[in-house]
Amino acid sequence: MNLLKLLDKMCPDTNSPEEKDMFFSRREAFRQFGDMSKKVAMAAVPLGLLSALPRVAKADTASLIGVLNFALTLEHLEYRYYQTGIESGVIDGADAAIFNKIRDHELAHVNFLTEVISNVLMGTPVAEPGFDFTAGGNFSPFTDYPTFLALSQAFEDTGVRAYKGQAGNVMENDVVLTAALSIHSVEARHASMVRRLRTKKGQDTVKGWITNGSNGTLPAATQAIYTGEENVTHGGVNVVNLTGIDAGAVSEGWDEPLSKDQVLGIASLFLA
Amino acid sequence: MKNELIKPQGLVKNANRRQFLKTGSLSVAAAGLFLVGCNDDDDMMPPMDGGVKLGSGDIGILNYAYALEQLEAAFYAAVLTGSYFANASAEEKTIMGDLEKHERAHREFFKAALGDAAIADLEVNFSAIDFSNRTSVLMAAKTFEDLGVAAYNGAGQFIENVDYLVIAGKIVSVEARHAAAIRDLINPGSADFAGDDLIDANGLERTLNFTQVLTAASAYVTTPIDFSQLPS
Repeated sequence: MNLLKLLDKMCPDTNSPEEKDMFFSRREAFRQFGDMSKKVAMAAVPLGLLSALPRVAKADTASLIGVLNFALTLEHLEYRYYQTGIESGVIDGADAAIFNKIRDHELAHVNFLTEVISNVLMGTPVAEPGFDFTAGGNFSPFTDYPTFLALSQAFEDTGVRAYKGQAGNVMENDVVLTAALSIHSVEARHASMVRRLRTKKGQDTVKGWITNGSNGTLPAATQAIYTGEENVTHGGVNVVNLTGIDAGAVSEGWDEPLSKDQVLGIASLFLA
Repeated sequence: MKNELIKPQGLVKNANRRQFLKTGSLSVAAAGLFLVGCNDDDDMMPPMDGGVKLGSGDIGILNYAYALEQLEAAFYAAVLTGSYFANASAEEKTIMGDLEKHERAHREFFKAALGDAAIADLEVNFSAIDFSNRTSVLMAAKTFEDLGVAAYNGAGQFIENVDYLVIAGKIVSVEARHAAAIRDLINPGSADFAGDDLIDANGLERTLNFTQVLTAASAYVTTPIDFSQLPS
């Protein structure tokens, strides 16, 4: 399949009179090779395969790179956190399978996003920042297991909200949107697991889902991660009034997005 | 998951045969359940007797979500009346009770949001599930939750209105939280909550398209669902 040819056919020149139709053309073009996204990222993208894209949508590409670098920053944080935790020996042997799997996923996300940014969007992936997981000496996640679990929950719940908040910013690119959604749900699975694990160990009473915007027994500094999760009105419909289901359960049924600035505000606590 | 694609002659009769054969996406699952899928918006497929038509564009996708939420809500409602639930541990009672509320809330939300465009109530058939048996219930819950996540992840790219996309995003992560919890109940402490059967080497969860999802759902939904106008 000749993707370049396909793209040339489907994506009109930026300067052409068809410019006004570009939105649809671009969506269609991305859609055509949407099924290939996984293979593309896996197998070192043939150089130039997608170089036609910046030509048809430079501004959008820059914006996509920005969003994906934001996501990559969070994935760097998560990967480094779990890798350091595993190396430190703080994790209970009984929970090793869980955190090895989460670490593997975060590393895969780092590699995937790096690949897409550099070889699909022809951008520059952000380097891994320096992290301070003690947040200035306030936490000891690598010597105290409950703290390790608490920050793990905080990072996963933040990740879910962060990806959700960017969905609208990547929706013109079906490949990137679908990939982002497919990472988003993995982060949510992690979050559910870690939340329930903490409760099983008697460290909290949180469930796999977030109730009324509560941060449970997490440190007060994490409240920003949960504020807004108490929302029960969606698309103008107050679901408590609609159904008579209690507000706690309704709040659990919908996760809320966070903006990039809100997420960076949270993440900045852990930047060295 | 049913993989066999069978062409039911009765349904083809009045359809635009050329378009139909071109896309070749008619699926028939067990027990006389019909699922119809064509790529063209202007196909000649008449509404099926007793069936529902999801419609086109974002409305069609919202109805698609509504159909899945109807299925999930009906399932958990049945779970709560069964003897597995009556004898379940406190933790599992809490989880099943929560999931019933969440899915009922999702269902009612979509129904209200769709208004006049909402499809009718779907008929379900859970005879394959033993609601007195823990394993049977949990395996079915796993199927429904994993299916829901893959369905939303696969449909996202077809949503045009950003508000709808965000609402779908708000729901899909909760479905993923459910799925992880159910999987952990089945295989506690393992990596199955985010298992390799769903998540690939890039750390991406699987997506399923409309045909795959509705074919899987048709094992439990007896109302014929016409999704021929959904975007592609």
